[in-house]
Amino acid sequence: MPWTREQMAARAAREVKDGFYVNLGIGIPTQVANVLPPGMQVTLQSENGMLGMGPFPYPEDIDPDLINAGKQTITELAHSSYFSSADSFGMIRGGHIDLTILGSLQVAENGDLANWMVPGKMIKGMGGAMDLVAGVQRVVVLMEHVEKSGAPKFKRRCTLPLTGAAVVDLLITDLAVFGIERGGGATLLEMAPGTSLDEIRAKTEASFR
Amino acid sequence: MPRKIFPNAAAALDGLLFDGMTVMAGGFGLCGIPEDLILALRDSGVEDLTVIGNNVGCDQHGLWHVLANHQIRKVILSYAGDNKLLEQSFLTGEIEIEFNPQGTLAERIRAGGAGILAFYTRTGYGTVIAEGKETKQFGGKGCVLETALTADVSLVKAWKGDSEGNLIYRKTARNFNPMMATAGAVTVAEVELLVDVGDLHPDHIHTPGIFVDRIFRGVRHEKHIERRATRERAPSSDASGAGG
Repeated sequence: MPWTREQMAARAAREVKDGFYVNLGIGIPTQVANVLPPGMQVTLQSENGMLGMGPFPYPEDIDPDLINAGKQTITELAHSSYFSSADSFGMIRGGHIDLTILGSLQVAENGDLANWMVPGKMIKGMGGAMDLVAGVQRVVVLMEHVEKSGAPKFKRRCTLPLTGAAVVDLLITDLAVFGIERGGGATLLEMAPGTSLDEIRAKTEASFR
Repeated sequence: MPRKIFPNAAAALDGLLFDGMTVMAGGFGLCGIPEDLILALRDSGVEDLTVIGNNVGCDQHGLWHVLANHQIRKVILSYAGDNKLLEQSFLTGEIEIEFNPQGTLAERIRAGGAGILAFYTRTGYGTVIAEGKETKQFGGKGCVLETALTADVSLVKAWKGDSEGNLIYRKTARNFNPMMATAGAVTVAEVELLVDVGDLHPDHIHTPGIFVDRIFRGVRHEKHIERRATRERAPSSDASGAGG
């Protein structure tokens, strides 16, 4: 049984430690905020200029001057702060953010990450993804193990243009969890229940221990 | 009327605009964009513009109006999504797009206003962003040389401003505005509340007035929301978790 998206988010939540400053990407990573253990003190950063991101507002509390990096309306908390995009990326590049959890199109066994463009399709732009993987202390990727076609997404080398070279520390898919030594190799750490090593080998292009 | 104060956006831009110029405009998505100034820029009809901003509006909003009026030749941004017209204009070759990592874009503008002509960053090393740029190793870490950005005119949006041009921004509407205010040869600020000197506490000012040449009180403040996300009121709702 492959892990569900919720289970993948819950697995990623285990990488969050008390006191961490965390930046969550759009998509499944956003769900990690909903499954953090109660009582854990975690501060979420939004790269458009906020620390201490609160939940979505009640309808009557919507404020157009208060959005997250996905352009969704949000709220502030008692400990929140606001700052410019330059200060925000100073935090990110400067190594002050402990952890980022991102989605991806491909990951390579040496930690290369490709998640911002597919040649031939419209390029939307990288937004803050390149800065996040370049500067955040620990980079965790959440993605499906294979494409809809069945093609592996965990590869020897990424075939798509890179977001960052040798930047991924942990890869969580619906089938397995891999630790990655940046610039080195990958190690299989966990398998989804009912998944065999043979199945993972068949669906993975990357080499791993 | 104090020397920096203008009655409206059109008056504040009078004499500043010319074909082929470079314009910076603040905002992240539609949050914190100078709405009146953007429409005045469109109404001016100046063409062949290079526009620097994190985005170029979204469908029917913000800089989309200037794009739809075929006034833009090139955009320098980090994210071009949520804008079908920009996509079409790019595919037909009408518009050139220069993609920047968001933090690199922010820092290039900050550098432009701070007299730093170029800087090395780890962001983008080993990617297409580094192609054609100098790279260098510092402490064993590969870095890319990025150059500063400045503009002929910077268009910024603030919450409060005074007649000296001192500015205070509100919540996440701050984003790119403070750096852009420093990087324009001329900076024009659109504010929601225009107050007398002395009404803003000197310790609370985000952008000192030296960076602002012209200021006016905007009237539009449409503040269109791109993605309206809300939660339900539940009897035992957990408001402590972080969302979104």
